[in-house]
Amino acid sequence: MAKVLVVTSGKGGVGKTTSTAALGAALAQAGEKVVVVDFDVGLRNLDLIMGAERRVVFDLINVVQGVAKLSQALIRDKRLENLWLLPASQTRDKDALTDEGVGRVIDELRSKFDWVLCDSPAGIERGATLAMRYADEAVIVTNPEVSSVRDSDRIIGMLDSKTVKAEKNEQVKKHILITRYDSGRAARGEMLNIDDILEILATPLLGIIPESQDVLKASNVGSPVTLNNAASSPARAYTDAARRLMGEAVNMTVPVERKGFMERLLGRRAA
Amino acid sequence: MSMNLLRLLSRRPASAPVARERLQILLQHERGLRGQPDLLGVLREEILAVVSRHVTLDPDKVVVRLDRGESVSTLEVDIEVPNGFDKRIRAAG
Repeated sequence: MAKVLVVTSGKGGVGKTTSTAALGAALAQAGEKVVVVDFDVGLRNLDLIMGAERRVVFDLINVVQGVAKLSQALIRDKRLENLWLLPASQTRDKDALTDEGVGRVIDELRSKFDWVLCDSPAGIERGATLAMRYADEAVIVTNPEVSSVRDSDRIIGMLDSKTVKAEKNEQVKKHILITRYDSGRAARGEMLNIDDILEILATPLLGIIPESQDVLKASNVGSPVTLNNAASSPARAYTDAARRLMGEAVNMTVPVERKGFMERLLGRRAA
Repeated sequence: MSMNLLRLLSRRPASAPVARERLQILLQHERGLRGQPDLLGVLREEILAVVSRHVTLDPDKVVVRLDRGESVSTLEVDIEVPNGFDKRIRAAG
Protein backbone atom coordinates (compact mmCIF):
# COMPACT_ATOMS: atom_id res chain seq x y z
CA MET A 1 0.00 0.00 0.00
CA ALA A 2 1.60 3.24 -1.17
CA LYS A 3 1.99 6.10 1.25
CA VAL A 4 1.76 9.74 0.26
CA LEU A 5 3.82 11.92 2.58
CA VAL A 6 4.01 15.71 2.41
CA VAL A 7 7.09 17.52 3.69
CA THR A 8 5.84 20.92 4.78
CA SER A 9 6.53 23.77 7.22
CA GLY A 10 4.77 27.03 6.43
CA LYS A 11 7.98 28.97 6.88
CA GLY A 12 10.59 29.05 4.14
CA GLY A 13 14.22 28.11 4.46
CA VAL A 14 13.80 25.60 7.28
CA GLY A 15 14.94 22.59 5.24
CA LYS A 16 11.93 21.10 3.43
CA THR A 17 13.75 20.33 0.20
CA THR A 18 16.87 19.06 1.97
CA SER A 19 14.67 16.83 4.13
CA THR A 20 12.59 15.55 1.19
CA ALA A 21 15.75 14.55 -0.68
CA ALA A 22 17.42 13.01 2.38
CA LEU A 23 14.36 11.07 3.56
CA GLY A 24 13.55 9.96 0.01
CA ALA A 25 17.08 8.67 -0.52
CA ALA A 26 17.16 7.00 2.91
CA LEU A 27 13.88 5.18 2.21
CA ALA A 28 15.23 4.09 -1.19
CA GLN A 29 18.48 2.94 0.45
CA ALA A 30 16.33 0.77 2.71
CA GLY A 31 14.88 -0.90 -0.40
CA GLU A 32 11.61 1.04 -0.80
CA LYS A 33 10.53 2.31 -4.19
CA VAL A 34 10.35 6.08 -3.81
CA VAL A 35 9.39 9.13 -5.84
CA VAL A 36 10.08 12.66 -4.64
CA VAL A 37 7.72 15.25 -6.14
CA ASP A 38 8.54 18.95 -6.30
CA PHE A 39 5.42 21.08 -5.71
CA ASP A 40 7.32 24.36 -5.65
CA VAL A 41 6.10 25.47 -9.07
CA GLY A 42 8.06 28.41 -10.42
CA LEU A 43 10.83 28.06 -7.83
CA ARG A 44 11.84 24.45 -8.22
CA ASN A 45 14.94 23.30 -6.35
CA LEU A 46 14.50 19.64 -5.59
CA ASP A 47 16.08 18.81 -8.98
CA LEU A 48 19.17 20.77 -7.96
CA ILE A 49 19.44 19.17 -4.51
CA MET A 50 19.02 15.73 -6.13
CA GLY A 51 21.65 16.55 -8.78
CA ALA A 52 19.21 16.04 -11.66
CA GLU A 53 18.85 19.65 -12.85
CA ARG A 54 20.27 18.95 -16.29
CA ARG A 55 18.00 15.99 -16.93
CA VAL A 56 14.62 17.73 -16.59
CA VAL A 57 12.56 17.54 -19.79
CA PHE A 58 8.94 17.39 -18.64
CA ASP A 59 7.52 18.36 -15.28
CA LEU A 60 4.56 18.02 -12.91
CA ILE A 61 2.55 20.72 -14.71
CA ASN A 62 3.00 18.97 -18.07
CA VAL A 63 1.68 15.76 -16.54
CA VAL A 64 -1.21 17.49 -14.73
CA GLN A 65 -2.24 19.16 -18.00
CA GLY A 66 -1.83 15.97 -20.04
CA VAL A 67 0.98 17.37 -22.21
CA ALA A 68 3.34 14.58 -21.11
CA LYS A 69 2.86 11.10 -19.73
CA LEU A 70 3.99 10.45 -16.18
CA SER A 71 6.64 8.01 -17.44
CA GLN A 72 8.13 10.77 -19.61
CA ALA A 73 8.44 13.21 -16.73
CA LEU A 74 9.86 10.86 -14.09
CA ILE A 75 13.65 11.01 -13.71
CA ARG A 76 15.44 8.01 -12.32
CA ASP A 77 18.24 8.70 -9.84
CA LYS A 78 21.70 7.81 -11.13
CA ARG A 79 22.86 6.40 -7.78
CA LEU A 80 19.79 4.51 -6.59
CA GLU A 81 17.69 2.65 -9.12
CA ASN A 82 14.54 2.68 -6.95
CA LEU A 83 14.59 6.47 -6.40
CA TRP A 84 12.79 8.78 -8.82
CA LEU A 85 12.12 12.50 -9.14
CA LEU A 86 9.10 14.30 -10.55
CA PRO A 87 10.30 17.89 -11.00
CA ALA A 88 8.28 21.10 -10.83
CA SER A 89 8.00 23.56 -13.64
CA GLN A 90 10.38 26.51 -13.58
CA THR A 91 8.45 28.71 -15.97
CA ARG A 92 4.80 28.24 -15.09
CA ASP A 93 3.11 29.44 -11.94
CA LYS A 94 1.18 27.55 -9.29
CA ASP A 95 -2.20 28.41 -10.83
CA ALA A 96 -1.42 25.85 -13.53
CA LEU A 97 -2.01 23.14 -10.89
CA THR A 98 -5.59 22.01 -10.42
CA ASP A 99 -6.92 20.04 -7.48
CA GLU A 100 -8.39 17.40 -9.76
CA GLY A 101 -5.24 17.17 -11.92
CA VAL A 102 -2.97 16.76 -8.90
CA GLY A 103 -5.32 14.08 -7.56
CA ARG A 104 -5.01 12.12 -10.79
CA VAL A 105 -1.19 12.29 -10.79
CA ILE A 106 -1.00 11.28 -7.13
CA ASP A 107 -3.27 8.30 -7.82
CA GLU A 108 -1.03 7.17 -10.66
CA LEU A 109 2.08 7.58 -8.50
CA ARG A 110 0.42 5.53 -5.75
CA SER A 111 0.07 2.62 -8.14
CA LYS A 112 3.77 2.69 -9.06
CA PHE A 113 5.63 3.49 -5.83
CA ASP A 114 5.82 2.53 -2.14
CA TRP A 115 6.38 6.14 -1.11
CA VAL A 116 5.33 9.42 -2.72
CA LEU A 117 7.14 12.30 -1.00
CA CYS A 118 5.70 15.73 -1.81
CA ASP A 119 8.04 18.66 -1.28
CA SER A 120 5.74 21.55 -0.39
CA PRO A 121 6.46 25.18 -1.24
CA ALA A 122 6.66 27.62 1.68
CA GLY A 123 3.59 29.59 2.65
CA ILE A 124 -0.05 28.62 3.08
CA GLU A 125 -1.28 29.43 -0.41
CA ARG A 126 -2.46 27.20 -3.22
CA GLY A 127 0.86 25.42 -3.87
CA ALA A 128 1.19 24.41 -0.23
CA THR A 129 -2.44 23.35 0.15
CA LEU A 130 -2.25 21.22 -3.02
CA ALA A 131 0.98 19.57 -1.86
CA MET A 132 -0.73 18.43 1.37
CA ARG A 133 -4.18 17.81 -0.15
CA TYR A 134 -3.82 14.04 -0.80
CA ALA A 135 -1.32 13.20 1.95
CA ASP A 136 -1.63 10.21 4.27
CA GLU A 137 1.22 11.44 6.44
CA ALA A 138 2.99 14.73 6.98
CA VAL A 139 6.48 15.65 8.08
CA ILE A 140 6.45 19.16 9.54
CA VAL A 141 9.95 20.57 9.34
CA THR A 142 10.58 22.92 12.24
CA ASN A 143 13.58 24.97 13.33
CA PRO A 144 14.02 25.66 17.06
CA GLU A 145 12.99 29.27 16.61
CA VAL A 146 9.75 31.14 17.40
CA SER A 147 8.57 32.03 13.88
CA SER A 148 9.14 28.51 12.60
CA VAL A 149 7.23 26.95 15.52
CA ARG A 150 4.34 29.37 15.04
CA ASP A 151 4.12 28.56 11.32
CA SER A 152 4.30 24.84 12.06
CA ASP A 153 1.31 25.22 14.36
CA ARG A 154 -0.60 26.93 11.57
CA ILE A 155 0.30 24.17 9.12
CA ILE A 156 -0.82 21.52 11.61
CA GLY A 157 -4.20 23.27 11.72
CA MET A 158 -4.41 23.11 7.93
CA LEU A 159 -3.44 19.43 7.84
CA ASP A 160 -6.33 18.81 10.24
CA SER A 161 -8.87 20.71 8.14
CA LYS A 162 -7.94 21.13 4.47
CA THR A 163 -6.77 17.67 3.43
CA VAL A 164 -8.87 14.94 1.80
CA LYS A 165 -8.27 12.78 4.90
CA ALA A 166 -9.55 15.53 7.19
CA GLU A 167 -12.66 15.99 5.05
CA LYS A 168 -13.36 12.27 5.44
CA ASN A 169 -13.01 12.67 9.23
CA GLU A 170 -9.73 10.80 9.19
CA GLN A 171 -6.37 12.03 10.42
CA VAL A 172 -3.26 12.80 8.45
CA LYS A 173 -0.52 11.17 10.52
CA LYS A 174 1.74 14.02 11.56
CA HIS A 175 5.41 14.01 12.53
CA ILE A 176 7.67 16.83 13.67
CA LEU A 177 11.17 16.87 12.20
CA ILE A 178 13.41 19.35 14.00
CA THR A 179 16.22 20.60 11.80
CA ARG A 180 19.22 22.86 12.40
CA TYR A 181 19.29 21.82 16.03
CA ASP A 182 22.29 22.83 18.11
CA SER A 183 22.27 20.85 21.33
CA GLY A 184 24.96 23.06 22.86
CA ARG A 185 22.93 26.21 22.39
CA ALA A 186 19.77 24.47 23.63
CA ALA A 187 21.63 23.35 26.76
CA ARG A 188 22.76 26.91 27.37
CA GLY A 189 19.17 28.17 27.11
CA GLU A 190 19.82 30.07 23.91
CA MET A 191 17.59 27.88 21.75
CA LEU A 192 14.18 26.29 22.28
CA ASN A 193 14.75 22.70 23.33
CA ILE A 194 13.09 19.60 21.93
CA ASP A 195 10.64 19.12 24.81
CA ASP A 196 9.44 22.73 24.57
CA ILE A 197 8.75 22.42 20.85
CA LEU A 198 6.95 19.09 21.17
CA GLU A 199 4.86 20.32 24.08
CA ILE A 200 3.83 23.45 22.22
CA LEU A 201 3.00 21.63 18.98
CA ALA A 202 1.56 18.52 20.68
CA THR A 203 2.77 16.33 17.83
CA PRO A 204 5.13 13.32 17.96
CA LEU A 205 8.77 13.64 16.99
CA LEU A 206 10.19 11.93 13.90
CA GLY A 207 13.79 13.00 14.28
CA ILE A 208 16.30 15.65 15.27
CA ILE A 209 18.66 16.82 12.54
CA PRO A 210 21.70 18.61 13.94
CA GLU A 211 22.99 21.82 12.42
CA SER A 212 25.84 20.65 10.23
CA GLN A 213 28.17 21.73 7.45
CA ASP A 214 27.53 18.40 5.73
CA VAL A 215 24.08 19.60 4.62
CA LEU A 216 25.54 22.48 2.62
CA LYS A 217 28.34 20.29 1.28
CA ALA A 218 25.80 17.76 0.01
CA SER A 219 23.66 20.43 -1.67
CA ASN A 220 26.75 21.94 -3.29
CA VAL A 221 27.40 18.70 -5.14
CA GLY A 222 23.74 17.80 -5.78
CA SER A 223 23.45 14.75 -3.59
CA PRO A 224 21.00 13.96 -0.77
CA VAL A 225 22.99 14.15 2.45
CA THR A 226 22.26 10.49 3.27
CA LEU A 227 23.97 9.50 0.01
CA ASN A 228 26.74 12.04 0.05
CA ASN A 229 28.16 11.22 3.45
CA ALA A 230 26.21 8.44 5.14
CA ALA A 231 28.39 8.59 8.25
CA SER A 232 27.78 12.29 8.90
CA SER A 233 25.57 13.32 11.80
CA PRO A 234 22.68 14.70 9.68
CA ALA A 235 22.76 11.61 7.44
CA ARG A 236 22.51 9.31 10.46
CA ALA A 237 19.65 11.37 11.83
CA TYR A 238 17.76 11.28 8.51
CA THR A 239 18.36 7.54 8.15
CA ASP A 240 16.92 6.95 11.64
CA ALA A 241 13.94 9.16 10.77
CA ALA A 242 13.30 7.16 7.58
CA ARG A 243 13.36 3.92 9.56
CA ARG A 244 10.79 5.38 11.96
CA LEU A 245 8.60 6.27 8.97
CA MET A 246 8.78 2.60 7.97
CA GLY A 247 7.47 1.69 11.40
CA GLU A 248 10.69 0.63 13.10
CA ALA A 249 11.31 1.62 16.71
CA VAL A 250 14.61 3.47 16.70
CA ASN A 251 15.98 5.14 19.83
CA MET A 252 15.79 8.90 19.61
CA THR A 253 19.25 10.39 19.94
CA VAL A 254 20.69 13.71 18.94
CA PRO A 255 23.58 12.80 16.67
CA VAL A 256 26.54 14.98 17.53
CA GLU A 257 28.89 16.65 15.15
CA ARG A 258 32.31 15.11 15.35
CA LYS A 259 34.61 18.06 15.28
CA GLY A 260 38.30 17.96 14.47
CA PHE A 261 40.81 19.57 16.76
CA MET A 262 41.17 22.75 14.70
CA GLU A 263 37.40 23.09 14.29
CA ARG A 264 37.01 22.70 18.01
CA LEU A 265 39.57 25.41 18.54
CA LEU A 266 38.03 27.81 16.03
CA GLY A 267 34.44 26.55 15.71
CA ARG A 268 32.75 28.51 18.48
CA ARG A 269 33.66 31.89 17.10
CA ALA A 270 33.21 30.90 13.48
CA ALA A 271 29.68 29.65 14.12
CA MET B 1 29.82 24.99 31.09
CA SER B 2 31.90 28.02 30.36
CA MET B 3 28.89 29.71 28.79
CA ASN B 4 26.73 28.99 31.84
CA LEU B 5 29.39 30.57 33.99
CA LEU B 6 29.57 33.55 31.67
CA ARG B 7 25.83 34.00 31.84
CA LEU B 8 25.94 33.77 35.60
CA LEU B 9 28.57 36.47 35.69
CA SER B 10 26.85 38.73 33.21
CA ARG B 11 23.43 38.07 34.84
CA ARG B 12 21.85 37.69 31.43
CA PRO B 13 18.88 35.32 31.62
CA ALA B 14 18.48 32.54 29.05
CA SER B 15 16.27 33.60 26.13
CA ALA B 16 14.74 30.19 25.33
CA PRO B 17 12.23 30.27 28.24
CA VAL B 18 11.04 33.67 27.01
CA ALA B 19 10.55 32.22 23.52
CA ARG B 20 8.60 29.32 24.95
CA GLU B 21 6.30 31.53 26.99
CA ARG B 22 5.63 33.94 24.13
CA LEU B 23 4.78 31.06 21.82
CA GLN B 24 2.43 29.44 24.31
CA ILE B 25 0.44 32.64 24.81
CA LEU B 26 0.35 33.48 21.11
CA LEU B 27 -0.65 30.03 19.88
CA GLN B 28 -3.41 29.75 22.46
CA HIS B 29 -5.01 32.83 20.88
CA GLU B 30 -4.35 31.80 17.30
CA ARG B 31 -5.79 28.33 17.77
CA GLY B 32 -8.94 29.87 19.24
CA LEU B 33 -9.43 31.94 16.12
CA ARG B 34 -8.95 29.03 13.74
CA GLY B 35 -11.95 27.75 11.84
CA GLN B 36 -14.14 30.64 13.00
CA PRO B 37 -15.44 33.14 10.50
CA ASP B 38 -13.61 36.45 10.57
CA LEU B 39 -14.90 37.72 13.94
CA LEU B 40 -14.07 41.38 13.37
CA GLY B 41 -15.72 41.35 9.96
CA VAL B 42 -18.92 39.86 11.38
CA LEU B 43 -18.99 42.32 14.30
CA ARG B 44 -18.44 45.25 11.97
CA GLU B 45 -21.28 44.21 9.65
CA GLU B 46 -23.76 43.60 12.45
CA ILE B 47 -22.92 46.78 14.38
CA LEU B 48 -23.22 48.72 11.13
CA ALA B 49 -26.62 47.16 10.44
CA VAL B 50 -28.00 48.01 13.90
CA VAL B 51 -26.77 51.60 13.95
CA SER B 52 -27.87 52.19 10.35
CA ARG B 53 -31.47 51.54 11.37
CA HIS B 54 -31.39 54.82 13.26
CA VAL B 55 -28.63 56.89 11.72
CA THR B 56 -27.36 57.33 8.20
CA LEU B 57 -23.75 56.17 8.23
CA ASP B 58 -20.82 56.05 5.91
CA PRO B 59 -19.67 52.42 6.14
CA ASP B 60 -16.05 53.53 5.70
CA LYS B 61 -16.32 55.56 8.93
CA VAL B 62 -16.97 52.52 11.11
CA VAL B 63 -13.86 51.04 12.68
CA VAL B 64 -13.89 47.91 14.81
CA ARG B 65 -10.73 46.92 16.64
CA LEU B 66 -9.97 44.02 18.93
CA ASP B 67 -7.00 43.98 21.28
CA ARG B 68 -6.31 40.60 22.82
CA GLY B 69 -4.74 40.64 26.26
CA GLU B 70 -3.72 37.74 28.43
CA SER B 71 -6.84 37.74 30.64
CA VAL B 72 -8.97 40.57 29.22
CA SER B 73 -9.51 41.69 25.66
CA THR B 74 -10.95 45.03 24.58
CA LEU B 75 -13.34 45.67 21.73
CA GLU B 76 -13.14 49.18 20.37
CA VAL B 77 -15.89 50.47 18.11
CA ASP B 78 -15.34 53.86 16.52
CA ILE B 79 -18.30 55.23 14.55
CA GLU B 80 -18.15 58.61 12.99
CA VAL B 81 -21.69 60.10 13.06
CA PRO B 82 -22.42 63.10 10.87
CA ASN B 83 -23.80 66.20 12.64
CA GLY B 84 -27.57 66.65 12.53
CA PHE B 85 -28.22 62.93 12.33
CA ASP B 86 -31.10 63.24 14.84
CA LYS B 87 -33.09 65.36 12.38
CA ARG B 88 -32.86 62.55 9.93
CA ILE B 89 -34.30 60.20 12.51
CA ARG B 90 -37.26 62.51 13.08
CA ALA B 91 -37.75 62.96 9.38
CA ALA B 92 -37.61 59.22 8.85
CA GLY B 93 -39.86 58.50 11.82
